[in-house]
Amino acid sequence: MRRPFLVAASLALSLTASGCGFLGIGEEPADLQVYSARHYDLEEAFADFTDEAGISVEFLYGEDAELLERLKSEGADTPADIFMTVDAGSLWNAAREDEFANIDSPVLDDAVPVDLRDPEGRWYGLALRARTVVYNPDNVDPAELDTEETYAGLTDPKWQGRLCMRDETASYTQSLVASLIDLHGRERALEIVRGWVENDVEVMSNDILLLEAVDAGGCDVAITNHYYLARELEENPDLRIEPFWASQDGAGTHVNISGAGIVASSDNPKQAQELIEWLAADGQNDFVDANHEYPVNPDVEPEPMIAEWGSFERMPVNAEAYGDLNAEAVDVMAEAGYR
Amino acid sequence: MSPSARTTGRPAWSFLILLIAVLVAAPVFAVVVDGLISSESTSLPRGLDSMVLTTLALMVGVGIGTTLIGGGLAWLVTAHQFPLRNILVWLLVLPLAMPAYILSFVFLSTFDYAGPVQTGLRAVLGPGVWTPEVRSLPGAIVVMSLTLYPYVYLLARNALVEQAPRTYDAARTLGATRSRAFWRVLLPLARPSLAAGLALVMMETLTDFATVQYFNVKTVSVGVYLVWKGTFDRQSATQLSVLVLLFAVAVLAGERLMRGRARYHQHSGRGQGLQPSRLTGWRSWAATGLCVAALGAGFAIPVLRLLVWAVADALADPGSLLDPRFVDYLVNSLLVALIVAAACVLLSLVMGHGLRLGSGRFTRSAAQLTTFGYAVPGAVLGIGVLIGFAALDTSLKAVGVPGGTGLLATGSVLGILYAYVVRFLAPAYQAVDASFMKVSPTMTLSAMSLGASPRRILTRVHLPLVRPGVAVALVLVMIDAVKELPIVLLLRPFGFTTVSVWVFELASENFWERAALPALVIVAVAVVPVFFLFRQVRLVDARRGVG
Repeated sequence: MRRPFLVAASLALSLTASGCGFLGIGEEPADLQVYSARHYDLEEAFADFTDEAGISVEFLYGEDAELLERLKSEGADTPADIFMTVDAGSLWNAAREDEFANIDSPVLDDAVPVDLRDPEGRWYGLALRARTVVYNPDNVDPAELDTEETYAGLTDPKWQGRLCMRDETASYTQSLVASLIDLHGRERALEIVRGWVENDVEVMSNDILLLEAVDAGGCDVAITNHYYLARELEENPDLRIEPFWASQDGAGTHVNISGAGIVASSDNPKQAQELIEWLAADGQNDFVDANHEYPVNPDVEPEPMIAEWGSFERMPVNAEAYGDLNAEAVDVMAEAGYR
Repeated sequence: MSPSARTTGRPAWSFLILLIAVLVAAPVFAVVVDGLISSESTSLPRGLDSMVLTTLALMVGVGIGTTLIGGGLAWLVTAHQFPLRNILVWLLVLPLAMPAYILSFVFLSTFDYAGPVQTGLRAVLGPGVWTPEVRSLPGAIVVMSLTLYPYVYLLARNALVEQAPRTYDAARTLGATRSRAFWRVLLPLARPSLAAGLALVMMETLTDFATVQYFNVKTVSVGVYLVWKGTFDRQSATQLSVLVLLFAVAVLAGERLMRGRARYHQHSGRGQGLQPSRLTGWRSWAATGLCVAALGAGFAIPVLRLLVWAVADALADPGSLLDPRFVDYLVNSLLVALIVAAACVLLSLVMGHGLRLGSGRFTRSAAQLTTFGYAVPGAVLGIGVLIGFAALDTSLKAVGVPGGTGLLATGSVLGILYAYVVRFLAPAYQAVDASFMKVSPTMTLSAMSLGASPRRILTRVHLPLVRPGVAVALVLVMIDAVKELPIVLLLRPFGFTTVSVWVFELASENFWERAALPALVIVAVAVVPVFFLFRQVRLVDARRGVG
């Protein structure tokens, strides 16, 4: 009976011995280390950057809130040089928690529009996504959609039983509602969400399921990120789904950004800044195209597929509102019984 | 070593149990403290009362569902012989191998409005055909019951196989019918194991985030995530986690109640045992059909769908199949799972053995404390580990250790291993403890009075007797560890990726076709320990002369 213990012990020992790679000991870290809540083709973009600038980059994928907690608890010891998120609210929040260093970069100030970056230069938006309305052309005449207040227009009783949206735990929904609070005030935003609920909105937990439902005729109108539609259409151009740029005669379509800042305790801020600058300028296409996102840089053309949908007016991004009003957005949805 | 049979316990072993309890409870304790010392006034989410009610309804529903499916199947395969039974016996564990965040998507994409099932129904029966609301509380109960029943199944089957001998025979010899012997003898005997399995199911249900979110069921755990990620308020989230913990306390109290005061011990291991009766005619095929149906719903359908996606992806982009990093990910997953499973089983053995040597109420409660890691949502437990290490760092630096622990928690895999042990000690301990329950105390006392040292008792008496529990514990922990996601995502060092992280990276961005292959790999990995478990069970069966 002793033997199993011996076997286990020697197994453990040999694992420890051979497991240095496993333990991450003795591996040369890259020049830059990135905590990223974004994953889309990051490897390719970073590899291109390494080729051009000779600076090696590795990244650790995680989720916004968790990575922020990790940064906070690691403090000055953190290996991270850059923190990249997929939500303006998260960027704003990380800046509020003093996790970002100030960046002084004319290149970035030039490449990134004012509303897509921190006024104090602590973070910069790098990719833009629109959260807009899509419809099934068999069941919806686009003239039915309100061009001034498209999101609010979906409260009209004619949409009863025809709507599909994402659930309230999705940051997409939260920042959309936060922007409505910012735009109209809490009372009106609550009315809008209540109106959706009264129209028996189908709440789903995944944008792809949402689009499949629109295509199948399970819902006539949905709100989704534009790139999911692009991706689905790329796979199957026959899908019965059309995009509709929301609120073009009003406040514009709701957008959000992926962005990045330099971690306050980074020991390599210079090269980190080089990477962020590259992503916002020369590397914009590498960074946004594969995922069908819009460049933040007005001098860079979007990839052909989404370019075909034409340009649109966007609601200015108020990162503070996305960050600060997010909690209220969650509360508004709970009060309205959104689910 | 004095041979006197003590009942007060061995201080050294009791101390060991206390030490384990303190180490394992530390991150949970960190979460509780973090929640309770929050300086800012906390904002409890609106509608908390309905979240609590929903959580209760879900737990009751899944509890009933898993007891019926898991307990029923365990009885079916143990007491009967029917076509394919010998394979089904171990295949029935496999639904456990499917991570919830994969399963829920696959399930919905199959059964929701746009999925093939409803589309087919509409094509045949017309567009107005009525279908039940899939994304609903009943939907979630069905899916969770179909995937979590193996906890109950495994433990119940163990109990039936191990305990049936003698007692069951005695009942039958005394003239009890099979069904009477089942209800009056086997069921009470299996009760501790059923309770242990059910407790695991409840805690799993309590901390689940993926399934409930997909099925629009707003439990307290959803509340935790909403508060944390929606309001960036970690401390309010940890406070809510304390509420989740209270639920777990209730579950474990319920488990103790269900085990009851009565203690059923097995007095001898040998006996004819439960001779499987051969089912004939339609009954035999009905039995096979029941097992296949359970397996189909919770396992085969999602696997098939994943296979279809994986093939589509392979055809579209053959190069993607040969990602060289894949081997690394797989090795990482396997190593972590092996180490954690071994550690959890070892600790469970130490605790079970220590308690058996005799111990006070205090030590007993301490041992129970080690199961609470399972009742904290994974991501929150990860935060507990982070907070714990950060506090340790601060105090080390305060007493003059330069650099503190360095980056022990997130700079190496130690943080992950530690967090996994904290989380998965519960399933290991539940399985091992349920086996210990069946070892008669007189056996231990006799060994002690004959002068055997505690270590000798462990290796020569206890270990052989609880081996089935150990095997189940190994399997449960390995499967859980391979598919675990939130902890590894939060605590992994640079360059450390597991298969589950790989799947999630793809799935979270909705690259389902590309995620299908690694998801199948997770399932395949889980098959290995399950296979060994049942090979061992078959060997034991063979030795006992049971089918």
